[in-house]
Amino acid sequence: MRVSRITAVLAAFLAVVALVTGADAQQCPKGKLRLYTSWPMQGAMLPEGTGMKNGVDLAVSEVGGVVAGYCLEVIGLDDASPQTGKWDGAVEAENANKAVGDPLAIVYIGTYNSGAAKVSIPITNRAHMAQVTPANTYPGLTKKRGAAPGEPEIYRPAGIVNYFRPMPADDIQGAVAAKWAKHLGAKKVYVLNDQELYGKGIADVFEATAKKIGLPVVANEGIDWKQPDQKPVLTKVRASGADLVYMGGVIETGAQVIIRQMKEVGLVAPRTRFLGPDGLLEEELLKGATCDAALRTEMRITFAGLPFEKMRGVGAKTYEAYKAKFGKEPTSYALYAAEGGRVIIDAIRRAAPTLEHAKDVTEKREAVRKAIATTKNFDGINGKWSFDENGDVDYDTMSGFKVVKADTPVGCKFQFETILE
Amino acid sequence: MAWWEVLVQQTINGLTRGAVFALIALGYTMVYGIIELINFAHGDVFMLGLFVSLAWFTLLGATQTLTGWQLVTVLPLVFLLTMLTTAVLNVAIDRAAYRPLRRSTRLAPLITAIGVSFMLENVALLWKGPAPIAYPDVFPSVDILREWFGVDSAIFVTTKDLLVVGATIPLMLALHYFVSRTTWGKAMRATAQDRETAEAMGINVERTILMTFFIGGALAGAAGLIQGMYYNIGQWWMGYQAGLRAFTAAVLGGIGNMAGAALGGFFIGFLSAWSDQYISARWTNAIVFAILILVLVFRPHGLMGERTPEKV
Repeated sequence: MRVSRITAVLAAFLAVVALVTGADAQQCPKGKLRLYTSWPMQGAMLPEGTGMKNGVDLAVSEVGGVVAGYCLEVIGLDDASPQTGKWDGAVEAENANKAVGDPLAIVYIGTYNSGAAKVSIPITNRAHMAQVTPANTYPGLTKKRGAAPGEPEIYRPAGIVNYFRPMPADDIQGAVAAKWAKHLGAKKVYVLNDQELYGKGIADVFEATAKKIGLPVVANEGIDWKQPDQKPVLTKVRASGADLVYMGGVIETGAQVIIRQMKEVGLVAPRTRFLGPDGLLEEELLKGATCDAALRTEMRITFAGLPFEKMRGVGAKTYEAYKAKFGKEPTSYALYAAEGGRVIIDAIRRAAPTLEHAKDVTEKREAVRKAIATTKNFDGINGKWSFDENGDVDYDTMSGFKVVKADTPVGCKFQFETILE
Repeated sequence: MAWWEVLVQQTINGLTRGAVFALIALGYTMVYGIIELINFAHGDVFMLGLFVSLAWFTLLGATQTLTGWQLVTVLPLVFLLTMLTTAVLNVAIDRAAYRPLRRSTRLAPLITAIGVSFMLENVALLWKGPAPIAYPDVFPSVDILREWFGVDSAIFVTTKDLLVVGATIPLMLALHYFVSRTTWGKAMRATAQDRETAEAMGINVERTILMTFFIGGALAGAAGLIQGMYYNIGQWWMGYQAGLRAFTAAVLGGIGNMAGAALGGFFIGFLSAWSDQYISARWTNAIVFAILILVLVFRPHGLMGERTPEKV
């Protein structure tokens, strides 16, 4: 009696297992593939991290979780250290190693911070595993323009390109901004930069492009942004007669002091205007710089890609689908995560014949990597694009924002002004 | 702008920049003069001065631009309260971190000073967070030449520039009077010259040291308030930066020498403004420190220092 009860339970259990695996085998005749994601999923980054995870889930759910007979499983990892709540190189390396060590893992999706990508790309590169980022815009990860010496080769120990980004890198912003400056009627530009990777990279590209299109640049000057007094530099700008100040920097590196003090030394429109990159697209900046100064210098900034509500075609549809599925506005990089997911799914579909005959997991990963690298005329959220030989997109659609008066606690806001192409 | 207008404007920029350096440098040099300690925490007391002054303004409900009678009531009151707060803080630092080490090696209090500096920075970090804080425009900014005199010049002088000079110079003169004309000042000078003899002559050395820290802290608080009103920005790490410049100014003038510290502050202010204009902002720090090295090579005791200086 006792024995038979155990047998019965065992039999029932086995039946359930058989049912599950049977169903699995039916839906996924070719087995399972795992996509690993890695970015901060705690503290202040939790909303953005969740948004990006949602983006990937959206792409996977669009194909019902199955592509060319393979079931897709998304494993979400967190690359933040619990002590600081910020990305941590050691955690990111651990995540990448975890993915590389999993025989079912096919693609690594991440990171959010360019610094973290510097750690994980060489690890995935050695394993021939493709890495797709939803957010890194630092140029040096993929190309020489705006990069530090030795980049991007140092991230490619296996000598292959395995890292892809479905959005324009920062250096494109410098180029597009220079063209916009000319279009806005600037005759003479003074370029300032914060002497940091992002800011100087963008400022250098701005300078080079401006010179190419015949827009005179007085100087490209690095400032000591820790100094709260930028009046001497701005007095020099005024003496030079420049009618536009372009500042390569982010909100933490002195831009708010520059804008505020531009007003104080008389550098205001129509005499002189201000233009900057999307590192300055923060409400905090307007608070620090004051709306008065931002309005009087006619502050404008460029922004990589289009704002969600201005997207057309696939972009508009993705925006609606995201809102319908998750019940809220996408975060800044959520739709780029969806785009990355779709690129991967498309590549797995194209690589499927090779996947079947692959001898080992490295060959499978290599097949998918090659398929991603040859993505052509992809119908993306900002229009049709292809990956170039560096793993960068070939479109440079940007938008231009201008500070306008607004009925907000701050008193002004960034408003979409134009599409820059 | 004509070349002379540029020069005048940059000199005005250097004057205001240098005034703040000078005020901080005085605190460094006073403490060094008395107990031969390079008080690395001094820059951070200055930083807290900015934060504390903002707290006082907020407490008094004056976070908008002050007008009319407020300028002669609220502003002096905040000056007083801020200076008092940082003065007490500076005295407390001395009591807790330096006084127990008065008889030990000279390196010991130097290390605790660095420790106190880190502690103050972290207090500010916990208090206001890592982002730059926006200091409200409490002091009205009026373009003097155009709006008061109707002169359309390429040179800008605002009421804020006047505030910096108008607040620092009287403070320096008051300090000079205090040190050279009062009994307290005499005690400070005596302690600086020879602590043992001063003690033997019946001077309460510990009370004199306490007074020195009190005045140094008050000056740092005033500098923090002035900086906040002038540049409208503050951040938890700003004390380190400002402290380094002010310390340089003190050394340049001859550390321990008060007139030297004031002179050194203005000297660095002018030098860095001119360097920003005529060379490049990228090179300014290098140039300031190169000049410092040159001065120290040819005048090891600084611009105003003497071989047997009358310190304080």
